[in-house]
Amino acid sequence: MAVISSGFGGRRGASDTRLPPGQTLVDDWPVLTAGLTPDIGAHEWTFTITTETGAQHRWDWNALQDVGVEDIVTDIHCVTHWSKLDMAWRGVSLDRLFENVETSYDYVMVRSHGGYTTNLPLEDLLEGQAWIATEAEGEPLTDEHGGPARLLVPHLYFWKSAKWVREIRMMPSDEPGFWEQNGYHLRGDPWREERYW
Amino acid sequence: MTSPLRASWHVGRVARRRRETASAVRLELDVPTWPGNHAGSHLDVRLTASDGYQATRSYSVASSGETTRVILAVDELPTGEVSPYLVHQLAEGDELEVHGPLGRYFVWIPSESERSPVQLIAGGSGVVPLFAMAAAREHEADHAEFRLLYSVRTPQDVFFAKELSALSKTTVDIVYTRRSPPQSPRPPGRLTRESVAGFVFPSSVAPRIFVCGPTPFVETVAGWLVQLGHDPAQIRTERFGGSG
Amino acid sequence: MTHLDGNALAGLFADTLGIEITAAVGRCGSCHRNFELARAHAFVTAIGAVLRCAHCQDTLVVIVQKPHEVLVNLSGLAHLAMARP
Repeated sequence: MAVISSGFGGRRGASDTRLPPGQTLVDDWPVLTAGLTPDIGAHEWTFTITTETGAQHRWDWNALQDVGVEDIVTDIHCVTHWSKLDMAWRGVSLDRLFENVETSYDYVMVRSHGGYTTNLPLEDLLEGQAWIATEAEGEPLTDEHGGPARLLVPHLYFWKSAKWVREIRMMPSDEPGFWEQNGYHLRGDPWREERYW
Repeated sequence: MTSPLRASWHVGRVARRRRETASAVRLELDVPTWPGNHAGSHLDVRLTASDGYQATRSYSVASSGETTRVILAVDELPTGEVSPYLVHQLAEGDELEVHGPLGRYFVWIPSESERSPVQLIAGGSGVVPLFAMAAAREHEADHAEFRLLYSVRTPQDVFFAKELSALSKTTVDIVYTRRSPPQSPRPPGRLTRESVAGFVFPSSVAPRIFVCGPTPFVETVAGWLVQLGHDPAQIRTERFGGSG
Repeated sequence: MTHLDGNALAGLFADTLGIEITAAVGRCGSCHRNFELARAHAFVTAIGAVLRCAHCQDTLVVIVQKPHEVLVNLSGLAHLAMARP
């Protein structure tokens, strides 16, 4: 039987009706990590979409900017219970990046510098639901938050928004990425509280 | 204590608490079931809110030996969850759940046969487990020569100041990085490889070295020690950090 | 945020597996080096704890605490060696 520490409440934030179940608001932006922070400069960064035929669609930093960077305002929800509302981001829509990609596969594995992976159904990346993000809160993405670019998929728990993104690889079935292999839900919808297996 | 000390959960009571520095407290816990601990060990403190929410953090134990009195020195991380509670709210008489003793690597166990000197290097609150080692050295029948190099911001940030100055078997060198005492011969400044070389045992005597503090401090100092010719296998490190 | 080391996982290992991890020597399943697990790099946050090989950075251990169970993934460790009790 645990000893109750009188007066201890933890650092839990406020609640809000716009929050999914089990989430609280925070003022800061916590950094969670599973490994060393990669040191990738924009000048050396590339992003690749690889299909089942081995075809590679690649963008370097300038090419990404040329596709068209848009402003996004969105809420983000971390599986560790914190959320931020109305966060300002800038990024390139995956719809634009997938325009000329031919694939019959329905799932993707997102791969990051440093080895992190996360899986998603392709349909969760399209229809205005996902971006390759380069700025957050008015500033270029810092190293610790995934700079120079990360995936942004705000309708799913934020572990799906892979930092230091470098490749999206098409796959025929939904195979688990890093956290999904270690107890976290394959899809991670915060509104259905899909946190764990 | 020759057999391995198994870790388990214990309930302790705060027997005494006092301000250690402007941002830290010293907590003396009475833990009736504590089996004793080696110098350098740590324990996990777990706090439970009335709605069941729990948070657990690690703290080094400043005391050692076969005793049920466990001493902690907790520095407050303002954005932390646990340390502000321990520093500001935990009162004498309160109960506290602790898990330990933990750690079999970053410990100093006195021995008749080990004669090589022991070099302790502390960055900030990393001094806690190293103080435990130096304090244990005071009354152990061991012959190893001990030195403690303690890097700290200002004289007001020194942990166990009185106890450190009373140590007779450990040479203590305190290096102030931001502000030194008025009569200090050295101006404040961070440790450098050269100044470390000036304080620590030379590699020729093959000291056993313990380095503890924030990760950047530990990694920088350990790197220097290797450059100064010390065997990496003789350098034990414990990195402090985390979310407080 | 920087990393810690294997010392930081002593409590988690003792609690879930009853092992004193800092007394163990492990072999990385990737680069095959042997080292004291206290020297491995630990990344500990609310989402989970990850222990990585200090040499090749490959994952050795992942520990995730869910509400009613703890998941321990040791697949990156080729083996663990400890002194006999």
